[in-house]
This record gives sequence, C-alpha cells and structure tokens, in this order.
Amino acid sequence: MRRFSLTSLLSEAMNAHQGWPRQWRKPDPKPAYDAVIIGGGSHGLGAAYYLAKQHGLTNIAVLEKGWIGGGNSGRNTTIIRSNYLYDESAALYEHAVKLWEGLSEELNYNVMFSQRGVLMLAHNVHDVQSFKRHVYANRLNGIDNEWLTPEEAKAFCPPLNISPDIRYPVMGAALQRRGGTARHDAVVWGYARGADAMGVDIIENCEVTAIHRGPDGAVTGVDTTRGSIKTKKIGVSASGHTSMVMGLAGVRMPLESFPLQALVSEPVKPCFPCVLMSNAVHAYISQSDKGELVIGAGTDQYVSYSQQGGLHITTHTLDAICELFPQFTRMKMMRSWGGIVDVTPDRSPIIGKTPVKGLYVNCGWGTGGFKASPGSANVFAHTIARDEPHPINAPFTLDRFRTGRLIDEAAAAAVAH
Amino acid sequence: MPQSHRLPRGGRIDRARPLHFTFNGAAVEAYAGDTVASALLANGVKLAGRSFKYHRPRGILTHGADEPNALLSVDRGPGRVDPNNRATMVEATAGLKVASQNHWPSLEHDVGAVNDWLSPVFVAGFYYKTFMWPRAFWDKFYEPAIRAAAGLGVAPDAADPDRYVHRHAHCDVLVVGAGPAGLAAARAAAQTGARVILADEQAELGGSLLHETTAHIDGKPAAEWLAESRADLAALANVTLLPRTTAFGYYNHNHIVLTERVTDHLADPAPDLPRERLWQVRAKEVVIATGAHERPLAFADNDRPGIMLAESVRVYVNRYGVAPGRRIVFVTSGASAYRAAADAKAAGLDVTLVDVRPDSAIGAERALIAGVRHLTGHTVLGSTGRKSVTGLIVAPVTADGIIGARTTLPCDCAGLSGGWTPSVHLFSQSRGKLSFRTDLDAFVPGSSVQKERSVGACAGTFDLAAILAEGWAGGAAAARSEAARDFAVTPATPVGFKPVRVLRSDADPAKVRAFLDFQNDVTAKDIRLAIREGFESVEHVKRYTTTGMATDQGKTSNMAALGILSEALDRPVPQIGTTTFRPPYTPVTFGAIIGASRDALFDPIRQAPLHDWAAEHGAVFENVALWRRAWYFPQAGEDMHAAVRRECKAVREGVGIFDASTLGKIEVTGPDAAEFLNRIYPNAWLKLEPGKCRYGLMLKEDGFVFDDGVVARIAPDCFHVTTTTGGAPRVLAHMEDYLQTEWPDLKVFATSTTEEWAVIALQGPRARDVLAPLVDDIDLSPEAFPHMAIRTGHIMGIPTRLFRVSFTGEMGFEINVQADHARAVWEALVARGAPFGITPYGTETMHVLRAERGFIIVGQDTDGTVTPDDLGLGGMVSKAKPDFVGKRSLARPDMTLPDRKQLVGLLTEDGRTLLEEGAQIVADTRQPVPMTMLGHVTSSYDSAACGRPVAMALVAGGRARINDTLHVTTPTGFTAARVVPPAFFDPEGKRVNGIAGTNTHA
Repeated sequence: MRRFSLTSLLSEAMNAHQGWPRQWRKPDPKPAYDAVIIGGGSHGLGAAYYLAKQHGLTNIAVLEKGWIGGGNSGRNTTIIRSNYLYDESAALYEHAVKLWEGLSEELNYNVMFSQRGVLMLAHNVHDVQSFKRHVYANRLNGIDNEWLTPEEAKAFCPPLNISPDIRYPVMGAALQRRGGTARHDAVVWGYARGADAMGVDIIENCEVTAIHRGPDGAVTGVDTTRGSIKTKKIGVSASGHTSMVMGLAGVRMPLESFPLQALVSEPVKPCFPCVLMSNAVHAYISQSDKGELVIGAGTDQYVSYSQQGGLHITTHTLDAICELFPQFTRMKMMRSWGGIVDVTPDRSPIIGKTPVKGLYVNCGWGTGGFKASPGSANVFAHTIARDEPHPINAPFTLDRFRTGRLIDEAAAAAVAH
Repeated sequence: MPQSHRLPRGGRIDRARPLHFTFNGAAVEAYAGDTVASALLANGVKLAGRSFKYHRPRGILTHGADEPNALLSVDRGPGRVDPNNRATMVEATAGLKVASQNHWPSLEHDVGAVNDWLSPVFVAGFYYKTFMWPRAFWDKFYEPAIRAAAGLGVAPDAADPDRYVHRHAHCDVLVVGAGPAGLAAARAAAQTGARVILADEQAELGGSLLHETTAHIDGKPAAEWLAESRADLAALANVTLLPRTTAFGYYNHNHIVLTERVTDHLADPAPDLPRERLWQVRAKEVVIATGAHERPLAFADNDRPGIMLAESVRVYVNRYGVAPGRRIVFVTSGASAYRAAADAKAAGLDVTLVDVRPDSAIGAERALIAGVRHLTGHTVLGSTGRKSVTGLIVAPVTADGIIGARTTLPCDCAGLSGGWTPSVHLFSQSRGKLSFRTDLDAFVPGSSVQKERSVGACAGTFDLAAILAEGWAGGAAAARSEAARDFAVTPATPVGFKPVRVLRSDADPAKVRAFLDFQNDVTAKDIRLAIREGFESVEHVKRYTTTGMATDQGKTSNMAALGILSEALDRPVPQIGTTTFRPPYTPVTFGAIIGASRDALFDPIRQAPLHDWAAEHGAVFENVALWRRAWYFPQAGEDMHAAVRRECKAVREGVGIFDASTLGKIEVTGPDAAEFLNRIYPNAWLKLEPGKCRYGLMLKEDGFVFDDGVVARIAPDCFHVTTTTGGAPRVLAHMEDYLQTEWPDLKVFATSTTEEWAVIALQGPRARDVLAPLVDDIDLSPEAFPHMAIRTGHIMGIPTRLFRVSFTGEMGFEINVQADHARAVWEALVARGAPFGITPYGTETMHVLRAERGFIIVGQDTDGTVTPDDLGLGGMVSKAKPDFVGKRSLARPDMTLPDRKQLVGLLTEDGRTLLEEGAQIVADTRQPVPMTMLGHVTSSYDSAACGRPVAMALVAGGRARINDTLHVTTPTGFTAARVVPPAFFDPEGKRVNGIAGTNTHA
C-alpha cells in the first residue's frame, strides 16, 4: 500500500499522479476462504479490516452485490454522535466515536471526521424531560452531552430561530460537542484499501444467491453470481437486504425495510456551523465541506425495497427546516435520494451469532448505522473471529426479542437516530 | 454598458421595450425577451463567474437549464436575494441586480485562482490523501479553509417575503416540453378532447423552434407553424399551457411534480401573486418531450470564457439577436454545428468551422456552409486567452493519427459540438429502463414501468420531420387515438455525429487539462486518475472525482465521463451503465416544495372549544401534540409556581374547573364492540355494565404500555373510549389496524369523536354543589351516581354524557357536551361556582394533582419500555382471557424479572429540593464512571398539599427498595432521596367518595 501523505502527494504531483496504485485490487473469488462477509458497506468492509488487523484473519473476502459503499454507507447524512440513553447503546456508539477520532490516522485515509457538534433541539416539556434524562445518563456514563438554554443554542448555531413566536419554540437543546460528520465514501474506501492491503479480497458485482449448510446445520459456503465459495464463517452485513440474505440460510429476521430519504441543497458558502437535529419538528441538517446543506428526516411509512420514496416526505422535511430556518426558503434542492433501512422492533441493531453455526449478522441499524460503522465493525469482527460476542455487542442479540430484554432507544427518547 | 454585440436585426426580443439591470453594479442594457445571459453577451460581457475548485474564469457555456458556469446571485429587493441562478434561465427584468460568485476580492481579480496554480496537487480526491497531520488541524484549520474556498454563492440570511403555493391537478395527458415534439403531441392529444397539460421550462413555448430560422414545416416558416400551434392550443378549453414550468420529479403512479416560476420575470409583480407554484399532477399518460443536451468537446483549456456550445451560439444569434463573438470558430464532430455555423455566417459574423471528422466522413451538411472557412480532419490542441478566449490552436490529424502543423485560429468565441445526449432524466426517474444506442452514443428510453412515452430528441430522434411525426403519434396514442400525421420539413435537418472522448493531442495526456464537468472542475485526467486508483464503477468515479455532482448534475458532462471510463476499461458503455438519475431535474426552491406550510400553517394549531375563554382569562398556553392547552391561569403578580399552588389548593379545598376537551375520544360501536375492547385492552370488558366506566391500559404487541384512558359503556353495543391527548391518532390507527388486518370478522366501527365532545372537568369537594342546580334529569347523589359511573342526560337542557371520574384524587365530574355548547355550560358553571371559589386550572395543576395521587401520565411516567406490572398495575392484566394485544410478549422471561424498573415515589431527604424530571438515580455516588444507573425521575412537582416536593421515578427493583436512600443527579452533583410508594396524598383514595383523605408522606 502506498502511504498517503503530503509528501507522497507532492511527489506524485511532480509525476502527474501516474504512480498511484489501485486503492483496492479487483480479484476474482477464490474457491474457499476462512471467512466471508456479505455486504461491502462501511460495516462489512470495516469488519473485514478488523478481522485482518486485530484477529489475523486475512484469507477472507467481502462479497458485494454492486459497488462497495453503494448502499446506506453512501446514502446517509453522515451524522456521528454517541449521546444515547441506555448503557448498552452508549457503550456501542461511544466505542465508535472513539474509533472515529483516530480513524483517518488508523486508515491513512482522510475520512474528514469533523467534530462540529450535534445540537438536538427541545420544543416542548416532554423533549426537555427526555433530553435531560439523556444528558444525565451520558454524564454518568462519561459521555459528553450538555444542556443549553435557547440563547446558548443560538450562540452555538447562529442561524437558529429561537423566537417565541414560531409554532414550536425552542425550549433548550442538548449538545454533544464531540459529535459531527464524516465523509461517508471515504470511510468505505479507507476500510477497503486498508483491508485489501492486508490481503482481504474485495469482490464487487458478486451477489450471493445461496448459503449452504452442512449436515450439522453449520454453514459450508455460498453460491454467488461469480461462482461458489467454501467457507465456515459468514458475516452478513447487508443493511436493507439483510432479511433476504438471511433467508438464504433459512433464518427469518425480525426486520422491516423502509425507504429513508435525504436531500442536499446547492452548495453555498459556509452558513451552518454544526449538525442540528429536531425531533419534534422532525428534521436534521448540516453543511457539507462542499457547501451543500445536507438534510434528512424520518422514513417513509411503508415497507419497501425501492430506493425511491414519496415527495411528501421531502415536503415535510423541508417544512420543518424552513420553520426553524425561514431564511432558507430561497435555497434550492439540488439532489434527493433514498436508501433502504432495516428496522428492528426496538430500533436497536442486532450484532451477533445466529441460530445457524458459523453465521453471524450485523443489521437492524435503521436510520442510524453510519455513525456506528467503526464500532460496529470492530465488535462484529471480534464476534466472527472468536465465535463469541465482544462485551459491547453482547446485549445486542437476536435472542432479545424472545426474552424481552429490549434496548428501545426510540421508545425511550422518541429521537430519530 | 452599450449593447456592443447586439445584431442589428433578428431575434424574438422586443426591441421596442428596452430595460436595464445591473451586473456587479454596472448597468446592462437589454430588451424584453432577453435572458440575463443573452443580455450580458449583447453587452460584450464574457467573464461571468469563477469555477468551484480552481476559481478559473468562466463564461456562458449554454443557453438553457444545463448551464454549469454562469451562476449568479440575483437580488430582487430586500429579502429577495438568492444564489446560484443560471444566467441562461433568468429573464432579463428591469431593476434586477445580478452578481457573479465565488471570488474575492472581485470577479476580475480573484485570490482563489491560486488554486489553479496548485492544480497539479489539487487533483481529484487529493484531500483524501492529506490534511491528516496533525490531527487537531483538521477541525481547526484545514476544514475551515476548505469550506471557505468551497461553496458557490452566499446563502440568504433574511426571511423570504415571497409566497409559494401548491396546485394539485389531474389530466389525461401531461406533455413535458413544448418543443416541436411536445407541441405536436399536445395538439394530437388535444384534438381528441383529452384534458392536456403542456409544460415547458422556458419563458416561451417552442423549444428549438424558437431559434429555427431556416426550416419550413408544411410549407410555412417554422416560426409561423409555431405561432399557429400555440394559438390553436391556447384556444382550447381542454388544454392548460404552462410556460416557465419545469417538470422536475417523476414519482410513482404517474405523479409528476412541476414548479412554475410565476413572478421572477416581472419587474413589479402584483402583490397577491405567489413567487412559484408547485404543480402536483396525476396524469393518466405522460408524454416526455424534453429534448437533448449538446456535449462540449474535451481539449486542453476548453473552458475559457467565450467558449460555448455550438447550438448555443445559434440560439444567441437567432433567438436573441446577439453575436456571442464577432469571430467565431466552431469545432464539431457532427452535422448539427453546420447549421449553427451557417446561421452565424448569415448574421454577418466571421465564421470558421473545424470538423474533427475526416473529410470523407462529412455528408450533406457540407453544403450548408458554402463560403465558410472549413477545416476537416483537424484536432484542437488548446486555446489561448485568459478572461476571454483569443484563439484556438488547431492541427490536422492524418488517418493514422499523426498530428500535423499547428495553427492558431484567432477568435473571440468558439462553438463546440460533441454530439447530443437525450434528456432521459424523467424517464429514468419513472424507473424505466434505459437502453444504449451505439449509433447515437447515448442512452435512450427502453422499457417503461409507468404510463409514459418519450418522443423527439429525448428519444434519440433528431430529424425535425421525424420529431414532429413521432410527437404527433405519441400524443395521439397517449389520448387513446391512433391518429398519425406526416410533416413535410424543408430543408432536412443535419443529423449525425461521431462520438469523440478527448480530442487527439500530442501533449502528455496526464497533463492536459481538458474539462468535462466545468462547474466542479473535473478534467479527463481526473477520470483517468480515478480509474488508475481502482474506481471503476461509474458511481465510484462520480463520487471520487465529483463529476456530475454540481448544480447542473452533469447534463453536459456525464456522457463524456462515461465515454472515458469505457475507453480506459475497454468495456462498452452499456456494461458500465450510468449513474442514477435522481430528482430534481434542475434545482428546486425549498419554498416551492413547502408551499403554504409556513408560520401559522406549518402545523395546524388545534384549539379546544374553551380556548378563547381561557385566553380572555389570562391563561398561559403550552403545546401538547398539535393542541395548544391552557397551562396555568396566573393572576396579577403571580408566577407559574404561585398560580399552580393557588389552583391546586382550590381543587383540594373547594372546586376547580378544567378544560379536558383535548383528551382523545373514540366511539366504538357495533355488536362486537365489547369483544373488540376485550382483545385490545389487557383487562376485562365483557361484563362492564352500561352506565359504568373502567380505566384501561392499552398495550402494543410488545407488551409495553402504549396509552391509557377511561372507557365508558354507554349501551351494550356502544363504548365511549378516551385516550391521552397526544395518543388519540395513533390509538385510532392501532384499532383500525387490528380491525382491518387481524379481526376483519368483528362487526365494529371505531370513530374519532374528539372534536365532537367538549369535556369540562369539575373537580373538588364542592363539585356536586356547583353542578347539581344545572342538571335536571340525572340523580347526582353518591348512591345513585357513584365514582366511575356514567349517565346520559341534560345539563341546562343540553344533552350530556356525564362521567363521575377523577384524575385529581378529588370527587369530580367530567361533563361531555357538544363542542358548540361548551362555553355556555362552562360559563354557567363558573357563575354557579363563584360562591365556592371555583377556580379555573391548567395542565400544570392537573399534573401536580394527579402526581400527588400517584396517577401516571403515559409518555411521561412511561416511555414505551414499561409494563403494567412495572407501574404496579399488574393486577389489571387479565389472567383468564385467552388473548389480548401484548399477551404473548408479557410472557417473555425478561418481562417478569424482579430487577425491572418499577414506578416508585421519591422524597428528597432535605425536604426542599425539587428534583429535575429526567434526572438519573444511583445507589452509590462514589463509584467510578461509568456508573450503574438504577433509573430516572419521571415526574417531579412542588406539592402544596404535601407541603414539600414529591417525585415519581422508575427504579430498578424499586418496590423492594421502599425506604432505601438513593442519590439523584442535580445540575451540580447529587441529592439524596428516599424511596416511597408512588402515592403521596390520600393513598387510599377516599376523597373521590367525598371522604377526607390523609397525607401519608408529608
């Protein structure tokens, strides 16, 4: 792997950039691997990276149906935060944020993690109660999150409208200063490049069409559009299509898939300093390094595998944004798109073993998976390598829907994440 | 500026109507009918902006929606300034102030141009490779610097005074695009009597016919045919014509969304007009006639101001009467530019035409340019000039690719034509499958998914006669007619081109800066660099280089990038595919999308029938779901605390009156109503007698508490169900979900009656004294009308459902009357209550009173993770019923663990500290972080009745911790609190029966 640095960049500039190698190879699949990851998004590629880096498993492959990063890794609004309520979630997302903080150096790839702060607005007494519950819980868990008055929120985010005359006046806000955004594609490419350099085969345009199991029920391999592959370990990280992939192994997942839309405005000069989320008014917004306002909200109401949602969702999202920022009505929507998110009954992920020996799953991230990428990938790799969960993902079992030990962040906070 | 480049005659502009606007402060002369772009060119302005990344000087490239370069800030007055407007689409309007963007200190002298000098370093994706050290510099230094350099215009910072509206419409045939194909389609469809909408993004309908000065259609000049067509259509009542209207999104079920620019072109619009109107159209059939976009050619420095598309030169000459240059060099790989060159020549301009095709490949188009200097088999090696092009460097290329002697052709304008890309955006958005036509080097519509058809250039048809016939047939077919019509067009349209990726050059291709995406400054070598680094998917190339991601979304550049990818990978284009066409087609104003949903109309405010009375009596309101509820009624000098103390005292000692109308109400009727409730709720309903009420906790499938409320049985087949204020819509949806999907056999109707019934809660020891004189036909005596009973009768002669219920712990009634009568009844009660000190109270007092009694509020004391047993209400869950919603989940092992969080009371040990709602609870404050949290405070109030603050909390294993001391977070640390049962006042509940209770914990 050719190291990236200012020096190498300058030296390549002298060479008209002819010397840069491929960031990852384009191998054909081998007949067998020690482990196979299905799904080449940030979670799957990250898992491959940590399997190779931390667990010495390098004879592995990532199988991607299309192009890596083409699913939700490349379709999200890139928000990163860890101010979750429950201990289990807080530990998982904080693990991720800590990894984010060193990820560019770790991968030698600038993922542009920008700790610009995530501000969550409270618009009613219920929001205030809920956010204070979060702030206190985070404090006792050692996670930064602070309560701001409306004036303090305005000082942190000057475009914010804190007039008492708006429909849902701002009553305060919770701020996680360590939260922010990152460049989503760079995370995918950085993990791919890092994993590839350690020998991981990243195989694109390779859809898994069957999962084979032996007489003891354990997995033995997969069929793909590029041939059959033998393996004793399969990690599924296929976001919106996880239920379909798991169905190939005969496992029915407690997942529903919904379209989730987002949009960007035309690029403008810096006008929005942080990430801002409002659950009651229901939208979130930040500004990308290119200058686009990046805007999102909730899922469409109907389950679907179509990456196209209805305009009415966009309309409601922009209603909310323009209510909070009336100066933006003359801005223009440049591009809108959708992704398919997989949602569990308690809106927390499933990361762990499955009833099938050798089959592991990392799914159910709903609308909040991107921020967890490094942490999720890291503990998923641990689970696959050791056939037992890392303490951080131990609570996120598939079994919890049977036992009732749910981790219901959305119910507890009604906060989009 | 004088109109130095206005041609003496020609064009569709109105020379009798001159006007002025300013560009960067300088006056620009224009005529009605000009765009800002055509007026700037008429005034000799070439430099219109700076590019995104390298801040290179840029001019006007196109004449339409695909413009990547000339993006301007437009100022129409205070609050009406917005960035990134395409000069080619903004109509010249008197008084406009337009300004170029993305430069400092000025357009002419831009410090940002240093990026251009650094371009050998600032290649595609360079930022992924650096700015990583030292780590802290990213947030503090690198990123702010990148951000300041990026972006284009400046975001508006003032509220927008303009209005936007939505219009919903249905039609038989929607025709998108009013060029020759769309006009023919609309006419054919309209003839059948079908309801037709014809929309076009331009100010004038006509498309390419607006600059067609040579062709004759059916023997008439094209302009005449156009005028007739427009007049015909305008005269028909079944046709709606929408100029200045862009169809930007094609959604499911033939839902097409268009935005109409209503006032931007008016110097002094009528104040009642909206700025834009968003049309949401459901069309039985859609005819897409959106034309094609011309491709520029890629060669070194092909981006200098003055270099534009060949057809754009033709448009400026023919439609606007403007010479974009006096000495024009056309460079083409196809036939259409010959017509452009001929028209420029006819306008008296000095014209040279360079064709990259060998002489032998040139067809009949050659005849069009008699007398024009014509170089064939030539390539372009570069351009000269900086803020305006001054020449093109050309050289002949032999059959085996040898480049001959170079010549510089002096020019002040160049017209490039690299062929045409059909505008398949809407088709692709409709989920139709594209197919690649090698002969056209372009994707065209393949198989359809929705009811649409593409006609004309957007379907790959470029000959005018064929376009008209195809349009006509398409329009007819869309209107279920088989009418066909042929059109005679003379002379024939010059068509056909040879696809070229990057013009041949003898320079090192790794160093040639041939621009593809002009706005984002993506060059051919950037695409090759991406491929070299392994970005082979077209989506990867797009994301790594940002090609096609600018405000024009790659309309002029995507095919070029795809072609280079195809060549580099040696794979045919169809195997590479194309990026997804995403809405919108062109950027859409947020205001248009949100329409009227602003200010008071953003979210409707629901007001209870007694809202006005409360407002007149000084109530302070709070938002609860969509409702605005009276929060408390302060008297002179009172703060909320004092008002609530007074209100509470009045209810406990005399009588209070409260507007409970916002409570959700659902009338559940039908022969199976009782069975339905028996399944929906965990407790038993079958034996509830008419005239009785029962409290119900509603669970979701997961077994957790979802809503609660009192349910009254009015008759054997009729229940009056109440819900929480915020929960009413979801409870009704939940009921309907079960009725329609799980138990369709049950004969039950569930009807929202929230608005029908006003609810007046009359609470306190003197409630009966106030109520009794107004009620004639209901015996209010405790024996005849006990707690949790319901009676129907009359109050003041008005029909009422009278509940004997209490959410305060006091003896009380809830008087349901029709909403229209609420105020009369309320005022009568207030008058009758005066001798008893009747006191109106708000939601805050209601909260305090219920908390003193330990009554929960779903959503505050529960959070979607709480079972009935957690609340101490496990006894409500029937053990005998075969099933109810949530039963199976309640049987899961974790649902009965002893360490579940249970509802308890908390009393601070100091007796004074008011705990914060949301505060967390620990057993030991000295433990290290992360601490073990036991639960949190759900409700906390200062209680006058108890003489101290009281709180409710969910605490792990709470019922086993009664009398333990725990520690609760405060803004500065912790405070100690004792765990008690969650009822602080009258725990036995005697007062509802008129017996004075006791205060156990004071």
